[in-house]
Amino acid sequence: MSQVWIVILALGLGTFLIRFSFLGLIGDRALPGWALRLLRFVPVAVLPALVAPLTVWPSATGGAPDPARLIAAAVALAIGALTRSVLGAIFGGMAALYLALWIGL
Amino acid sequence: MPRAALRRAFYQGMRDGAPFLIVVAPFGLLFGVVAREAGWDMAQILGMSVLVIAGASQFTALQMMEEQAPTIVVILTALAVNLRHAMYSASLAPHLGPIPLWKRALVAYCLVDQTYGTAMNRYALTPALSPGEKAAVFFGAAAVTCPLWYASSVTGALIGRGLPAGLALDFAVPITFIALFAPGLRSPAHLAAAFVSVAVALALAGLPYSLGLLAAAALAMAAGAGVDAALERRA
Repeated sequence: MSQVWIVILALGLGTFLIRFSFLGLIGDRALPGWALRLLRFVPVAVLPALVAPLTVWPSATGGAPDPARLIAAAVALAIGALTRSVLGAIFGGMAALYLALWIGL
Repeated sequence: MPRAALRRAFYQGMRDGAPFLIVVAPFGLLFGVVAREAGWDMAQILGMSVLVIAGASQFTALQMMEEQAPTIVVILTALAVNLRHAMYSASLAPHLGPIPLWKRALVAYCLVDQTYGTAMNRYALTPALSPGEKAAVFFGAAAVTCPLWYASSVTGALIGRGLPAGLALDFAVPITFIALFAPGLRSPAHLAAAFVSVAVALALAGLPYSLGLLAAAALAMAAGAGVDAALERRA
C-alpha cells in the first residue's frame, strides 16, 4: 500500500478517535464546575493560537510579514467583535485584503 | 420530542452554517488543487477529504509528504494539528451527552471548526434548546459543511492549476478562524484568553509538532477561567 493511503487511513481513524473522545466517554454524566468554566474558553483559546502564526508569517509570502494580510486580519477581528456577525467579518476581512493588495501594500 | 421542533433546529443549523460555505469551498478547492499538483489521484484526494475532513491537518500531511518525511512523523504531526478537536469534543459533551451513542459518533465524524463554531454560537444564543434540538442544530450545520468539503476537494482536483494566484485564497483560512472566534470576545475573561493564546502561540511558533499551539491553548484556557473566577469573586 502506498504511503499516501497509509497516511489517509491512519489520519482518518486517529482524527475520529480524537473527536469521539469526550463525546463517547462522558455520555450524560455532568462535568464538574471548574471543567465547564475552562471549556467555555476553548474557542477563544484555540482559534487565535491557530491564526496568529498564519497571520504574522503567511506562507504565501514565504513567511515574511505582509501589511495587507495584517490589515485584513485586524478588520475581520474588529467587525466580528463589534457586530457579532461571522459573515460580516469574513466579507469585511477579504474585502480589506483585496483592497490592500490592490493599492499595493 | 416534536418533529417540528427538531426540523426547525436543523434548518436553524443550516442557516447558521451557511456563511461558512464561502470559505469552506475555496479551502477545499485549494486542497484539491495542491494535492493534484503533488501527484495524488482522485481516489486519494476524495478519500482523504471524506475520511479526515480537517483542512489544516490535510494540508499538513500533504506538505510533509512532499518533503519526504517518514510516514509515522507525518501521521503524528497531522494528528497533533487535530488535537484541538478533543477540546471541542469535551466542550460539546455537556450539550450533547444525553443523545444516543451512535448519534454522538456521527457528531464526532462531522466535528470540524465550522460545525463546532456554528453550534456553540447557537447554544449560547438559545440556551433553552433541548439536547435533541442541539444535535439537530449541529447536524444542520454539518449537512451544509461536510458534503461541500468533499465536492470542493474533487472540483479543485479537476480544476488543477486553473486558479489565479491573485485571489489570495491562502488567507481565506485565517480569516475564517478569526470570524469564528471574534464574536466570542464578550468579556474581559475572553479577551484575556485570546491575548494569552496569541502571545504564547507566537512565542512558541518554532516548536515542532504543534506543541506551541497546544501550550497556547492550555494557558489561554487557564487565563480565561482564572480572570472569570476572579471577577466573579469580586462581584
